[in-house]
Amino acid sequence: MTMMTTLRRAATLGAVALATVGLAGEAWAQKTRLTVYTAIENEQLEPFKKAFEADNPNIEIAWVRDSTGVMTAKLIAEKDNPRADVVWGLAASSLGQMASMGMIEPYTPAGSQRLKPIFKSGKNPETWVGMDAFLAVVCFNTAEADKNKKPKPASWADLVKPEYKDSIVMPNPASSGTGYLTVAGWLTIMGEEAGWKFMDALHQNVSQYLHSGSAPCVQAAKGERLIGIGFDMRGASEKTKGAPIDLIVPKEGLGWEMEATAIVKGTKNLDAAKKLADWSASRKANELYGKYYAIVADPEVKSMPANYPADGERLMAKVDVDWMAKNRDRILAEWTKRYDGKSAPKAR
Amino acid sequence: MTLAVSDRRPPLRVGLSRDDLTMRLGVVLLALVLLLIVGLPLWALLAKGFEDRDGKFVWFANYAAYFSTPALFDSALNSFKVAAVTTLVVVPLSFLYAYALTRAVLPLRWLFQGISLIPIFAPSLLPGLALIYLFGNQGFFKGLLGGPIYGFDGIVIAQIFYCFPHATLILVTALSTADARLYEAADALGASKLRVFFTVTLPGAKYGLISAALVVFTLVITDFGIAKVIGGNFNVLATDVYKQVIGQQNFSMGAVVGMVLLAPAALAFVVDRLVQRKQVALLTARAVPLVPKPKLGRDLFFTAFCSLVSVGILAILGMAAWGSLIKYWPYNLTLTLGNYEFTNFDASGWDSYFNSLRMALGAAIVGTALTFVGAWLNEKTKGFGLMRGVVQFLAFLPMAVPGLVLGLGYIFFFNAPNNPLNFIYATMAILVVNTVAHFYTVGHLTATTALKQIDPEFESVSASLKVPIWRTFGRVTAPICLPAILDVAIYMFVNAMTTVSSVIFLYAPDTKLASVAAVNIEEAGTTAAAAALCIVIVITSAAVKALHVLADRFLLGRLQAWRRR
Repeated sequence: MTMMTTLRRAATLGAVALATVGLAGEAWAQKTRLTVYTAIENEQLEPFKKAFEADNPNIEIAWVRDSTGVMTAKLIAEKDNPRADVVWGLAASSLGQMASMGMIEPYTPAGSQRLKPIFKSGKNPETWVGMDAFLAVVCFNTAEADKNKKPKPASWADLVKPEYKDSIVMPNPASSGTGYLTVAGWLTIMGEEAGWKFMDALHQNVSQYLHSGSAPCVQAAKGERLIGIGFDMRGASEKTKGAPIDLIVPKEGLGWEMEATAIVKGTKNLDAAKKLADWSASRKANELYGKYYAIVADPEVKSMPANYPADGERLMAKVDVDWMAKNRDRILAEWTKRYDGKSAPKAR
Repeated sequence: MTLAVSDRRPPLRVGLSRDDLTMRLGVVLLALVLLLIVGLPLWALLAKGFEDRDGKFVWFANYAAYFSTPALFDSALNSFKVAAVTTLVVVPLSFLYAYALTRAVLPLRWLFQGISLIPIFAPSLLPGLALIYLFGNQGFFKGLLGGPIYGFDGIVIAQIFYCFPHATLILVTALSTADARLYEAADALGASKLRVFFTVTLPGAKYGLISAALVVFTLVITDFGIAKVIGGNFNVLATDVYKQVIGQQNFSMGAVVGMVLLAPAALAFVVDRLVQRKQVALLTARAVPLVPKPKLGRDLFFTAFCSLVSVGILAILGMAAWGSLIKYWPYNLTLTLGNYEFTNFDASGWDSYFNSLRMALGAAIVGTALTFVGAWLNEKTKGFGLMRGVVQFLAFLPMAVPGLVLGLGYIFFFNAPNNPLNFIYATMAILVVNTVAHFYTVGHLTATTALKQIDPEFESVSASLKVPIWRTFGRVTAPICLPAILDVAIYMFVNAMTTVSSVIFLYAPDTKLASVAAVNIEEAGTTAAAAALCIVIVITSAAVKALHVLADRFLLGRLQAWRRR
């Protein structure tokens, strides 16, 4: 009995402690609070939120932001009891995966007819609508190149030359979506057989397969590596910060992916969610995307952010998104067998 | 009627006393709590290992698929190698260091003790970043290691840094409750120093030594943060989980690797059971605490040794601190405080830092109460072996579980629509609960080590004096163990400040944590700002630790006066 009292006291104390720390955000009187999951870059969160809320004063955006892999895993894990209202800014392939699991509320945003067809799911109503495209480019550190007398590559074919031995990093496609779209891009451009042959040769020059799509261009920017194959926008922003790098779009063409918007099935704020989906397809929104990305969904919006590679859109590979999704397991298994298992001793 | 029944009872079967019953009830409650915060969430994820991606039950098909990949064997071997080497370096290093702190007279002992804890104050990102600044391809000492830092060498160095305080914490507890009378007796009998060391000191610390080895080994096996930043192409099991879960959203395969990772925990559990049986109480009711007397040679040696270790730790910290002030490494080395304006790098700015503070405070309070009362119940309950075994096993589990497995398990379990507890999902409370569960093992081990060293005579005497056991707990046990209790509280606090892998799945719009923000900032390429946030976290935890030292002094003075002669 006395023991129980002690236990109960301890439990009460615990509950009080939990309650004290658990006073997370109290109700916002009349405003609808939309929980929006996203993987857009940190610096975009504030401007995007402000711009939308200025046009929709009765709706407030509450972001949950992490990397594409973490957000996709979280969304799928929450499938039976979704917590997000809208996904604004996640890889279209992730949203496609969610759509095939019945997790998306189909909705065609007002005005989305204007957008480039490639930026839409093609379903009626749409499951997702694209915002902007990002490319897997080559980030080349010019300072290190000068130091070590290395020529600047212009094509994928250049990258397999012996002078780049151990000086390339790229994302591991088994850990990173950017890695997978890079590999899928090669297989599309070159065809399967030649594509794998190219990767066999490239493997000789790769010093590391990294676990994130941003890391390769960041490492190239900091001179940790001569060449990084990875997420273009990160390379451009590093260059803006003063990194001695050039962003190269290889002339054969390159893999790409887009960020897109979708409404989560089961949202309790469907009306507000639709407003956000409408807004995310608007001209204004596309102009905002254009501040960060060169290729956006709205054909009328012409943009060229600082230090962005120029001819990216022309060289985008004709990748088949469905093909990419269907063949993912097979390609990753083959890739892992060829390069991942034997990669360890190379680190020495 | 009742009388008649009791008369017929065999006279030898003494009924359970009221104390015994309440203790047993407590153990059952504890088992339930652990089941809720550890067992069931884990099972919610691990069960997926027996399903295909569409949720169809497939028996062992995923296991068959996984065990037929050659990469598995490589990863398992790599994990084992890294963990074994780290353990072999860290445990002796920590033992010597803990020995110096407890058995030698060191100048500035408090300083050495504080420095030994620094690595635990830092997110695991910090040693990775610092090592790249130091030994990376643009590093100050590049080439010094005779090879690239990325890979085996880098992981082992970072892990040694990261695991050192964990082992030291356990070993200091193990070495600080010695009975001076044993040493006096050995001395009087003319035993050599070496003999005393092997027959008195080592056996007394055996439980701590084995605990420390188990903790270090499993910490290394399950950590993916270090391997991710500095591991290069060196595949380990924890990065395999990362690839399956984050890279491919394949929870089934992630669960399979997670299950494979539980093997070391199962082993640890068995070893612990075996050792535990042989552990004897060191601090008997008549014990006299050991106070080291100055001895020049020994003290000089240990001062030099501790200084060396401290310099190593400070070098890594200092590098990170300096890196946090650099404008654009390595091309523009001008110094700036701009990297500390976190609003420029993460939308939550300094908010995430205050969230971390609240979370860590909650984890320290809830976690300490739960682990200490729990360890006490489990140690002092008589009989009831099966249930105590269950508790012991559940207490060991979290250590062996990679954070992302636990985090995902929390989503599946606590977010389930039919779980009555799902209201805590996406609140600060779930972060606190998750963190307490994640770091339960070391808290439990520390408390258990401290409790084991108290003579059960205390309880027997209390019982014969008809003092209820909870009063003995409040008046004797808890005060004796107060240093260990405070250690556990600090341990929970600092780990809550730095944890990433599990909580990264669980934060909501208002509850983003600083440690997660640091990882996000690093991923976005702003290494210096990530280092800056790590430094802020280190300073916070160090300040809390300094408060702890002060409190310890005061309390030790008041409550532990009996330890001195």
